[in-house]
Amino acid sequence: MRVTKDLVAASATPIVLGILAEGESYGYAILRRISDLSGGQLDWTEGFLYPLLHRLERLGHVESSWQTVTGERRRKYYRVTTQGMAELAEQHHQWETVVEALKQIWPNIGDLRPLTFPLEGNA
Amino acid sequence: MTVTNGKEELEAQFTQWREYVRRRPELQSSDADELEDHLRDSVDELVALGLKPDEAFLIAVKRMGGLDELSREFAREHSERLWKQLVFTGDPADSVKKIRSRQDLIAMLICAAGAAVSIKVPGLFGLRFEDSDTFYATNFSLFTLPWLAAFLAWRRQAGARLCAVLVALFALGAAGANIYPLDEDSQSVNLVGTHLPIALWLVVGLAYVSDELRSSRRRMDFIRFSGEWFVYLVLIALGGGVLTVFLTGTFKAIGLDSGEFISEWLLPCGAMAAIVVAGWLVEAKQGVIENIAPVLTRLFTPLFAVVLLAFLVAIGVNGRGIDINRETLMMFDLLLAVVLGLLLYSISARDPLAPRGTFDVLQLVLVVSALVIDALVLLMMAGRIAEYGGTPNKMAALGENIVLLVNLAWSAWLLLRFVRRRGGFPAIERWQTSYLAVYAVWMWAVVLILPPVFGYQ
Repeated sequence: MRVTKDLVAASATPIVLGILAEGESYGYAILRRISDLSGGQLDWTEGFLYPLLHRLERLGHVESSWQTVTGERRRKYYRVTTQGMAELAEQHHQWETVVEALKQIWPNIGDLRPLTFPLEGNA
Repeated sequence: MTVTNGKEELEAQFTQWREYVRRRPELQSSDADELEDHLRDSVDELVALGLKPDEAFLIAVKRMGGLDELSREFAREHSERLWKQLVFTGDPADSVKKIRSRQDLIAMLICAAGAAVSIKVPGLFGLRFEDSDTFYATNFSLFTLPWLAAFLAWRRQAGARLCAVLVALFALGAAGANIYPLDEDSQSVNLVGTHLPIALWLVVGLAYVSDELRSSRRRMDFIRFSGEWFVYLVLIALGGGVLTVFLTGTFKAIGLDSGEFISEWLLPCGAMAAIVVAGWLVEAKQGVIENIAPVLTRLFTPLFAVVLLAFLVAIGVNGRGIDINRETLMMFDLLLAVVLGLLLYSISARDPLAPRGTFDVLQLVLVVSALVIDALVLLMMAGRIAEYGGTPNKMAALGENIVLLVNLAWSAWLLLRFVRRRGGFPAIERWQTSYLAVYAVWMWAVVLILPPVFGYQ
């Protein structure tokens, strides 16, 4: 299964902000985390993640700095700002609404079949 | 291929990869660092899984996707990077470059301030602008060009010998401008006023090429520098004009007359400083944005060629002679200089290895028609001098004409050989860059030798 482009684009910001809300991180680790979270289903490219991080930084949702953690290479770490937390809360709220609505019209998720009419059905 | 240490080989691959990334204008060096770090993480992970470093590198690069696609994504977020930024917002990650450009900025400010102050120094000794026409007319270039030369020499860390030569030449220029008893109305004053700046500009060129005096490429760089400097100076002058208009208008609105401030301070000091600032701008943005002078030559070479051809046709059809007097002779001198400029700047921007094209033929047409016109002018001029005798102005104009004519004639010959595939392009470039010395000799001759020869007329 591949998640469609539109859905990936729509969910990108809350996912990245959510991951950074757990603690500051860097590009490669963020990609790994996304892959782990989705069981490998969400496969973002570098060309998607880094420009997204830069955009969030420009908008003021995250900030970055080059740091050297002992025993590791110098890396560009990103962390979420107060404004980013507010944005995350807002996005969270919106997604809850969407998910809530979806849950109600899909009572048995994973059990969906095309609707069949019993009168015509001969299976 | 020998088996080398896997780690070293990997580092070499990373270096190569960085080289590729560096060529992308969309990706700044901090992006390259970030992506390299990512690549290293991928490689480490793959190596941990049991792959050899070179295999891991290949796979990691492949996973990252093509650089084309990557830069396209970056460009979408950072479109401003494609509009290359000027000096004021250098790449923040590149700290060495940043320090360098800061030092340049400070040095430029010192030199520009020096130039602006210099022009006011003679005023302290009672030489006001309106009192002394000859002093400022002959000396103005001496207040600013030494500062520009100093900036360039500092930037290139010129040796003591070169500095001594520069100082000596500027001193010579100062002597040439001031030792002769030139009358305010004499032709020689004008000649010194127009030729000394060019002579001194070539001294600035000496500071520009610095220790690589014989290098044809460095001299060509100086020609490029001159063109760009001129374009910047014109732009700064336009901006200065706008500033002056607003200054006058706003102060007039509150009943204050800014006229004296403008003519006594803003104009002279601003002009002197602008000459240094323009030089700094060219140096600072070198390679940052495309050069504009070659673009202008591309536009105007065909147009000038058409105008000159039309002029020749008109002479042929009408059978009219050219009415020669001092003004027309000067104009034809300037025309030759413009044609030469068009030639020089298209040469300066040409890829020496590119094949011949229609543009080269067009250039040949331009140069040949300019030559034919000039031959006509010279013929009539020689007749007039033989009839009425010479004056400093006529001599200078004639000399310039011959200097330019010789240059263009040989250029035409070299261009013809090039277009007919008999000669290489570098020969044209070498000819032009060697010829700079001839201009220098002639300009100094006009400043130093012509006035005494003609009895300071």
